[in-house]
Amino acid sequence: MALRIGVPKETAAGEKRVATVPEVVEKLVKLGFSVTVETGAGEAANTSDDAYRAAGAEIADSAQALWSVADVVFKVRAPSADEVALLREGATLIGFVWPAQNPELMQQLAARKATVLAIDALPRQLSRAQKMDALTSQAGVSGYRAVIEAANAFGRFFNGQVTAAGKVPPAKVFIAGAGVAGLAAIGTAANLGAIVRANDTRAEVADQVVSLGGEFVKVDYEEEGSGGGGYAKVMSEGFQAAQRRMYAEQARDADIIITTALIPGKPAPKLITAEMVQSMRPGSVIVDMAAEQGGNCELTVPGEAAVRHGVTLIGYTDLASRLARQSSTLYSNNLLRLAEELCKTKDGTFNVNFEDDAIRGLTVIKEGAITWPAPPPKLPAAPAKPKAAAAAAPAKSAGHGHGAGEPMSAKSLGIVFAVGALLFWGVGAFAPASFLSHFTVFVLACFVGYMVVWNVTPSLHTPLMSVTNAISSIIAIGALVQVAPPLGAAGAVDRPNTLILGLAVVALALTAINMFGGFAVTRRMLAMFRK
Amino acid sequence: MTASLATVAYIGATILFILSLGGLSNPETARRGNLFGIVGMAIAVLATVLGPRVTAAGIPWIVGALVVGGAVGLFAARKVQMTQMPELVALMHSLVGLAACLVGFASYVDTSVQYTGAEKAIHEIEIYIGILIGAVTFSGSIIAFGKLSGKIGGKPLLLPARHWLNLAGLLVVIWFGREFVLAPGIQAGMTPLIVMTVISLLFGIHMVMAIGGADMPVVVSMLNSYSGWAAAATGFMLSNDLLIVTGALVGSSGAILSYIMCRAMNRNFVSVIAGGFGTGGGAPAAAGDAAQPAGEVSPVSAVETAELLREAKSVIIVPGYGMAVAQAQHTVFEITRLLRDRGVKVRFGIHPVAGRMPGHMNVLLAEAKVPYDIVLEMDEINADFPDTDVTMVIGANDIVNPAAQDDPASPIAGMPVLEVWKARTSIVMKRSMASGYAGVDNPLFYKDNNRMLFGDAKKMLDEVLAALKG
Repeated sequence: MALRIGVPKETAAGEKRVATVPEVVEKLVKLGFSVTVETGAGEAANTSDDAYRAAGAEIADSAQALWSVADVVFKVRAPSADEVALLREGATLIGFVWPAQNPELMQQLAARKATVLAIDALPRQLSRAQKMDALTSQAGVSGYRAVIEAANAFGRFFNGQVTAAGKVPPAKVFIAGAGVAGLAAIGTAANLGAIVRANDTRAEVADQVVSLGGEFVKVDYEEEGSGGGGYAKVMSEGFQAAQRRMYAEQARDADIIITTALIPGKPAPKLITAEMVQSMRPGSVIVDMAAEQGGNCELTVPGEAAVRHGVTLIGYTDLASRLARQSSTLYSNNLLRLAEELCKTKDGTFNVNFEDDAIRGLTVIKEGAITWPAPPPKLPAAPAKPKAAAAAAPAKSAGHGHGAGEPMSAKSLGIVFAVGALLFWGVGAFAPASFLSHFTVFVLACFVGYMVVWNVTPSLHTPLMSVTNAISSIIAIGALVQVAPPLGAAGAVDRPNTLILGLAVVALALTAINMFGGFAVTRRMLAMFRK
Repeated sequence: MTASLATVAYIGATILFILSLGGLSNPETARRGNLFGIVGMAIAVLATVLGPRVTAAGIPWIVGALVVGGAVGLFAARKVQMTQMPELVALMHSLVGLAACLVGFASYVDTSVQYTGAEKAIHEIEIYIGILIGAVTFSGSIIAFGKLSGKIGGKPLLLPARHWLNLAGLLVVIWFGREFVLAPGIQAGMTPLIVMTVISLLFGIHMVMAIGGADMPVVVSMLNSYSGWAAAATGFMLSNDLLIVTGALVGSSGAILSYIMCRAMNRNFVSVIAGGFGTGGGAPAAAGDAAQPAGEVSPVSAVETAELLREAKSVIIVPGYGMAVAQAQHTVFEITRLLRDRGVKVRFGIHPVAGRMPGHMNVLLAEAKVPYDIVLEMDEINADFPDTDVTMVIGANDIVNPAAQDDPASPIAGMPVLEVWKARTSIVMKRSMASGYAGVDNPLFYKDNNRMLFGDAKKMLDEVLAALKG
């Protein structure tokens, strides 16, 4: 029996996102599901009920009506206690749940005999899970929005300009933490024309920072900060001191600071102290993306924008929701990919397959039984080692450009010369003089050929082959001189004239095919090469 | 015309041939180069016909043979499709080989030129070697033609103990060579000569049969080289410097091409000629040892591909043999033109061994009117992939396999490849998930930024084109 997916209006204060957009409704219907949307669910994300209707969804008049028909509920935020009460017994809920932070919610859901897939519990290390990774998609939106908020509060251009009215220096943006949100912020700020610097305790993200147009600022201290699963870990005391010095330096220099540093299960690290804020130029902006976890800046007021020491401190916790249309589209695509994984048969039913690492990780409650936390998925080992080999391989082949390549070693050169000398001695010792003159010509011609052909551009290799092929029909000369040579008296008596004539004429005809065909086809080909 | 005049004409022809090859360094000068070649050939033939070695009695025969052969040649040159160029070239090599054999036999039975002592021995060795190279070129090229045109399966035929067979053949040929030189008269010498010819023919067949489809660029250029050496050997046989010079030019040209092709596959020339894949025996098994890439491929539709292309600022297209098979080059050009009109920077990246003969892809793209200044070689374009939004791989596999760089255990480890995976998105057009010629799985397909567009290249590109226009 095909399942009915319900999309309620989000009830959390200020939440503008919706879990499913009309484009995704269409695709869900194609997968065999029927979809019901609560009236007004997409309003805050600029999506009308009519758009949902047009995509094939039914519209429920109230939350009550929606929750009572839905076999599966797609949500963004974790459900409130009221919403859990509305959830049908044995139904499935998909959305952000944060099981570690919400133990009571877990109990309530389990009591409803629900199956709950927490999109935040996705094993993000699995490469095929990335299409379902809502944390990443929402963080990307937040990073973008963080820059936009900063630009809004900042009183100057981002890009440097030289105008008739004078020169405008580019804004300097410093981004702390180069995770998904940080990288999105780097890209956005760099695209606006700012000078972007970024730091992260994980040294391996330096390349990504640079690839997006940022500059990676290193902390002057040796320690590796990868904490497994792609997250950062808490660093040592010495490192933190060095890090503070670096941040203080950046704070004095930067116009805008965007902080995104989070450590899972811990309050956000305090990277920006009150003194650092004080050291910033008036009019500067700090966007604290970790505000919800206490903030990376000591002075952040979560959920608000405040001005301290002339610096605007933005602590909004709903950055993704402030770009509701975009974040909803991405989020609903994540859910669609998840639905596809759950419904491989495309008949509108779910199969919560615990053999699948991704689905096992997502499922925090199965039919009323709490299955969280999931055992760690069987992962391929970190691909750190092959990288070294990869670096070595291109280096080895680096010398192979066009041309004669690198010079031979002295030893092999010596061997080549010795063999050559021996061969030449052999020829010189035994061959008659008439042969030697031909041999001279032959060897020199080989060298001329070698020099000439190395200059041929690779794009013309096919014409080269066809023209050399045409030229090699010069063998016709050999046939020509045999057709009817002027015969002297001697030896001509028993010359099998007819046989030789036959052989020579056939050879001539064959080479003529080559001669005319080869040149003609080369000509045809070369005529095609044009700018 | 006196003998001296003929010789001077030959020198002129030689210079023109060298200029002809030299002209190919640039598409602009190449057309003139071809003209030099034609003029050189005309001078050489005329000088010979009018020279002292041909009497009036032979002229009708010569004209007849040239007209018949020339007509066939011109007809073939006009009719041939650009995708069939490798076949045509292979077939033409076989003609040179056969002609060298015939001239060799004719020269042997010709009693009008008498030699004695060391000169006689040398002359006979020259005949023997000339016929040997000619026969190998002939039969090898015929098989190469069969393989390229699909008349013979592309799979390498690996006889047991094939190296020993070749070695035994070589020894027999040397022994009969001794017999041949020591033979008292033409009748007595004929038997070893014919035995050697048969062995050479078999050797040529065996050699090319053992070589797989994707090694064809090496084989075609190697046979090109052989046809040159055959001409040079004939020149020695007839004491004709023009033949020697021209043969040496062609021979070294083919040898260099073979070398370039081998290097582009990170293969040893000997191991290609010895047949099969890898060095030595049943190397395809080695594929199993390499790490199998894991993960899922992300398929993409033609419409989505068009979307990606439309949003890209710079695009690199990497064509392979699959594009030639599907005859998709014209559609590729249409797409290129459309994108370029919209201000997208479109370029082509050509791997040296893409296709079935050196420079095959360049010719196909030129045929489709793609301007040659946006068709770049691997070395020129590899550094640009990180700044590229979309790369489209059309019917190529091994030449874009990242395992060649990342996986030292891979059978193609160390082969230079086009680094398409460094682009923001790569789209691979392929008929199915089957692995390439080398039998190596391609980790590119499983990369996060890679999309697979399954289906026939021509059909899919037509759909992409329609979506781009729409």
